[in-house]
Amino acid sequence: MESWRAQPLVFLVFLLPGLFWLALFFFIPLGLIWGIALGERVGPAEIEITWTLQNYIHALDPLYLGLFVKSFWIALLATALCLVLSFPVALAISFAPARIKPLLLLLIILPFWTNLLIRTYAMIAVLRTQGYVNWSLEWLWGVGKLLLAPIGFEPVLGESFTPLQLLYNNTAVVVGIVYVYLPFMVLPLYATLDKLDRSYLEASLDLGASQLRTFFAVTVPLAMPGIVSGIILVFIPALGTFLISDLLGGPDSQLIGNVIERQFKSANNLPLGSAMSFILLYITFVALALRAWLSRRAERDG
Amino acid sequence: MADRPGPLDYLRRWWLRGWILAVVVFLYAPIVCLVVFSFNDSRRNIVWQGFTLDYYGRALRNASLIEAFTNSLVVALVATVLSTIIGALLALALWRFRFVGRSAVEAGSALPIVIPEICMGVALLVFFTRVGWPTGLVWPLNLSSVIFSHVAFAFPFVTVVVRARMEGFDRSLEEASKDLGASEWQTFWNVTLPYMKPGLIAGALLAMTLSLDDFVITFFTSGPETLTFPVKVYSMVRFGATPEVNAASTVLIVVTILLTIIAIRLQSPAKQEG
Amino acid sequence: MSATPTPAIVQLQGVTKRFGSFTAVERTNLEIPTNAFFALLGPSGCGKTTLLRMLAGFESPTEGSILIDGQEMSRVPPNRRPVNMVFQSYAVFPHMTVAENVAYGLKVSGVPRAEIGPRVRDALAMVRLTGLEGRKPDQMSGGQRQRVALARALVKRPKVLLLDEPLSALDKKLREEMQLELVRLQHEVGITFIVVTHDQEEALSMADRIAVMEKGRILQIAPPRELYEQPNCRFVAGFIGAMNLFEAQVRAADNGHAQLEVKGVGALQVPVDHTPPRGPATLAVRPEKLRLFTARPEAQGARLSGLVEQLAYFGDTSQVYVRLGDGERVTVTHHNATRSTAAGLAAGQPVWLGFDPADAILLTD
Repeated sequence: MESWRAQPLVFLVFLLPGLFWLALFFFIPLGLIWGIALGERVGPAEIEITWTLQNYIHALDPLYLGLFVKSFWIALLATALCLVLSFPVALAISFAPARIKPLLLLLIILPFWTNLLIRTYAMIAVLRTQGYVNWSLEWLWGVGKLLLAPIGFEPVLGESFTPLQLLYNNTAVVVGIVYVYLPFMVLPLYATLDKLDRSYLEASLDLGASQLRTFFAVTVPLAMPGIVSGIILVFIPALGTFLISDLLGGPDSQLIGNVIERQFKSANNLPLGSAMSFILLYITFVALALRAWLSRRAERDG
Repeated sequence: MADRPGPLDYLRRWWLRGWILAVVVFLYAPIVCLVVFSFNDSRRNIVWQGFTLDYYGRALRNASLIEAFTNSLVVALVATVLSTIIGALLALALWRFRFVGRSAVEAGSALPIVIPEICMGVALLVFFTRVGWPTGLVWPLNLSSVIFSHVAFAFPFVTVVVRARMEGFDRSLEEASKDLGASEWQTFWNVTLPYMKPGLIAGALLAMTLSLDDFVITFFTSGPETLTFPVKVYSMVRFGATPEVNAASTVLIVVTILLTIIAIRLQSPAKQEG
Repeated sequence: MSATPTPAIVQLQGVTKRFGSFTAVERTNLEIPTNAFFALLGPSGCGKTTLLRMLAGFESPTEGSILIDGQEMSRVPPNRRPVNMVFQSYAVFPHMTVAENVAYGLKVSGVPRAEIGPRVRDALAMVRLTGLEGRKPDQMSGGQRQRVALARALVKRPKVLLLDEPLSALDKKLREEMQLELVRLQHEVGITFIVVTHDQEEALSMADRIAVMEKGRILQIAPPRELYEQPNCRFVAGFIGAMNLFEAQVRAADNGHAQLEVKGVGALQVPVDHTPPRGPATLAVRPEKLRLFTARPEAQGARLSGLVEQLAYFGDTSQVYVRLGDGERVTVTHHNATRSTAAGLAAGQPVWLGFDPADAILLTD
């Protein structure tokens, strides 16, 4: 690295376009809503910045606070499911023979190249009452009925098959989030586990620990940077999602993202929406600070 | 290999194989179903009724869908070029120079990657209406607000990818080039840039995918005249899923996969050099 | 199988390990006596590490069986085997302190808490790390980390301690120190040590028995002195120390002697242990067993002559490379017994070489 003074012109040509873009299309817009969050509506489209905290107070009243809490839990649940689903996959891929590793990795990444909306839409077709899951269940129901008929047990399965209501509820939202963000969890986990010296695991087994004990006492602590990255990569987008809850959720599946969207698109309460957006941002900053603190501590401890 | 698996041959354990299979089915089944049933000759029923290309014909005749599709491609193309240039330049600035506020610039440029998309979406929505960004311009100039927004969230990814690539670069190669008589510019063109190339391609590929993929930010920054494909599909889905959407989605999936294959092809000779 | 006074703690019976089409270990039989300091010596890729990893349970043999303390091990996972390992990279857990690392193996196998503390303390004292209990591995030198790895393995009181290239990551001075330390520890704890190494000096100086491996097979198992003075094949002869090899023909052999025709030397009678078959063979002579004369000696024993081609001066000795009349090159270790000896030699100078037939080894492989 050299001082920018060595070649000021080259330095500015490199730096300025990015800085300009970042300022104009990122920091100024964010600054605008940060200001609006501290303002009041004075006309249909007029907002005056009065440095009031009223919008934040409003955003945290029980109705909206409940939504924040609910969004938090749904995001947390989806993140936890992603972690549980991904860890064995990442572990198996990183310990797979070198020639099939890229193939397995591609298999996990490929869905990521498919459009988010298309994936969410595909999920609808799978979960709806006339969807594939219900169709398969009905088929199984039919088979079960046939098998139980000879021994006279078929009434156990009822008169007719009632399709399960799988779509338009909170479960569908959680399943949708897991489906969409799963690759974001697998990749950082894989990246950490792949670098992990496998003799640590062998040493643990050698010293008498079972596979399960080794997993929790050695693998998980040493994979912590990847776990934290994966959690952040899934949790933050999940917390702010509004597309998945909008398309897969029911009337009671409104998340904070849906409320923010409504403030800007239909309800036209920009100060409230801005305040909510910034609460979301502050949560993000806390999560990032937590990660930075964890990684600094890990670095200090080696 | 007939011998018993070793304790760390996790891939040879049946329950892990089953686990991976289940995850892969979970990831692929919905997409595969969507593609397969875009050829199904039935409107409501999910049972296979026979092969048809009818919905592809209908999707093609749907002018607003085609317009949205074209918009998506144009936005992705322009945004990719701009993001790659801006992102790579910033990566070089951060990689090469020491300056006051360097870590602030580094952290700031990574922010668009990590904050929730909806926050950036509403902020840009407010920004474009407040500054009175011109609307109703002739195509494709009316796409500018969408394109610039896409650049704003895509170029930081390019910066990250290119920086990661440059971490492995040996600065003494540049010194060797200059020692052998090359100018600053010749050194950049003949030594630094060829090394950067795989990073540039990977970054551009990522930017393009992100742009084609984006729904949230486009949703807030596009007007009725400037819908992209995902936003158009969203409104169609809200009025009920139709097989045309399946057909159009299949086309987009195929386009994305083709672009990815081309990009990987382009990248592989460069990989051997690097 | 004959009964031996010290029963074998480790037995390998027809063990083969294949990775795909590559055979790492081929139909190997091996018995390691209790309380031995046993070395597996060979070039990289000879299968010695695979053999060690099979003993630890990290690889399963494709064929054959492994017995440790009389028990068949093929279905026993590594965490239930009475062996412990010191890894080449040490594998000291970076997220635990020294004391936690040493206590780990006791904790996971359910040793009562009250017992763990004293045992950890004793183990650390044994490897001379008392006072460093609270350190994290990244605050320690490579040598200290290795001592932690040793303490961590020994505290479990295994029946066999496995050491994978234990000294390869240390610098020369520390390596010599650790060699002595390992020998001391082995005597102190009375556990069978099996060490894998590619360094012949390391094996010779530490082990009481050495198995030389090449291409998945064990070529010779012997105490160090026997391995050096009586190698049983050309590979062992060349791998352990330096060796001059001469083409020879066995003309006749009877009661402990063989009549040879050696290329460049002529007819020669050497003492042998086993009666060799007639036909082509190799006569091997160590460089330090060759005597060098600057004038044609009157005495018996001078059989070769040539010109000094190159000299390498090491202080106590000089390596002298002599080109013989028939074009072969011979290495001689010349002891600089007096201050003037080394000065008397120069490249291009004619010299005469001799050796006692009893110091020559006949190889028939």
